[in-house]
Amino acid sequence: MIEIINLSKSFGDNKVLDNLNLNVNSGEVMVIIGRSGCGKSVLLKHMIGLLTPDFGQVIIDDTDITKIEAKELDAIRLSFSMLFQGAALFDSMTVYENVGFALLEHTDIKEVLIKEKVAKSLKMVGLEGIENLMPSELSGGMKKRVGLARAICDDPKIILYDEPTTGLDPIMADAINDMIIDLNHKLKMTSVVVTHDMTSAYKVATRIAMLYNGSIIEVGTPDEIRNTKDPLVKQFITGAAKGPITEGK
Amino acid sequence: MKNLIKRLGESSLNFFIYIGGAFHLFVGTLAQIFIPPFRRKELFVQMFKIGVMSLPIVFLVSLFTGMVLALQSAYQLTKMNAQIYVSSLVALSVVRELGPVLTALVIAGRVGASITAELGTMKVTEQIDALETLAANPVKYLVVPRFIALCVMLPLLTIYADFIGIIGGYIIGVYKLLIGSTVYLQLTYDSLVFKDIFTGLLKSFVFAIIICIVSCYEGFRAEGGAEGVGKATTFSVVTSFILIIAADCLFTALFYFVFP
Repeated sequence: MIEIINLSKSFGDNKVLDNLNLNVNSGEVMVIIGRSGCGKSVLLKHMIGLLTPDFGQVIIDDTDITKIEAKELDAIRLSFSMLFQGAALFDSMTVYENVGFALLEHTDIKEVLIKEKVAKSLKMVGLEGIENLMPSELSGGMKKRVGLARAICDDPKIILYDEPTTGLDPIMADAINDMIIDLNHKLKMTSVVVTHDMTSAYKVATRIAMLYNGSIIEVGTPDEIRNTKDPLVKQFITGAAKGPITEGK
Repeated sequence: MKNLIKRLGESSLNFFIYIGGAFHLFVGTLAQIFIPPFRRKELFVQMFKIGVMSLPIVFLVSLFTGMVLALQSAYQLTKMNAQIYVSSLVALSVVRELGPVLTALVIAGRVGASITAELGTMKVTEQIDALETLAANPVKYLVVPRFIALCVMLPLLTIYADFIGIIGGYIIGVYKLLIGSTVYLQLTYDSLVFKDIFTGLLKSFVFAIIICIVSCYEGFRAEGGAEGVGKATTFSVVTSFILIIAADCLFTALFYFVFP
């Protein structure tokens, strides 16, 4: 379970997160929606300890990761995976080395087994036989899928997805959505998905949370969000150009 | 006036934040060197990139510097009929000063810039964040191999530069100034003592630390896409150049009193 309590973060004079509270239950897919640049990725990076908050707590299974040593944080990170917005594949490594990175670095598993695991992960994202390619030889969509293969290769308990469907064609985007649901159902993984793609949000979410002005303004099931009465949430999910968000109310 | 004081305060604060950050990276790197696992493969890759790949440019710079130094000193020494001392002048200048400093400047330009550009690109494309999420320490993974490679290869390149610089002086001394080959080599050998070579190498070791820490720190600080990486690279090379010259001045003064 991920518990975020009174989280605040500023960059210079820009207050990105302001006393934010959110609970993500084990085994659920929590989708965080909000406008571009509203701090969704910043929130995600706090959940895995990439950013340190100005105030507040991030509690992962009873451990406040904002107060622990680097070594303990690394141990917790091994149960996490993150899919980055731009995939963040290591340029100097092959696809095999990228996908198998966590297993090659942190386990004593025989290389034959790692190769099998990498091949299986790549197959899950619809990419087979590309282990020896370099990231520079892949298209944007392929990079994203390799990034996803890397995220699932070491069977994490929690996966954080930063815009998982951005830059993919609609068919592949839907396939990725199916995979998020599949991983959640079959492996009971907890997922946090940051997106502004509402089709994807409705499809994969157990619950949806809307981030606005540094705080979570509403949390609910996809149906509750669809039928919301909050004008801010309503404007965002309908994608209306005019409304309280754009008028700054 | 108020604005001026504010700006002065901000600049001083930024300066101390920079120094503190760079020192923190240096201490972190030293601590990580001794913690397993040791990445031998990556270390050899870096040694090859930093050392072996720099041999041609160090060769050219050192050879021409040795030749120019011989020609310029002959210009004055001939007036006093003392051109025979070109050999010792070249040897001492190259081994004590020009070998270590010019090699360090060349490496700061060639290798330091490439390290900042590489790490800066990794930073802006979130690859460094990805390393952290995969529980790999970026300092251990990226800085330590480059640090060890630079600390080993820069002194070795300096020895190579010293040798090539002396050959440059030899070419001018023997073929232009018509000093006998044996006399030239004997005078070169006689003029050099252990402390000349030792102080030169000690300086190059310090320069290696400066190049590595500045270039890695700038890489880690890069932000704002390609433009940010470009700025970080420029700043890294300029800072390394200034610090190398300043450290050279400091150490030369120090050696002057310690090894008179």
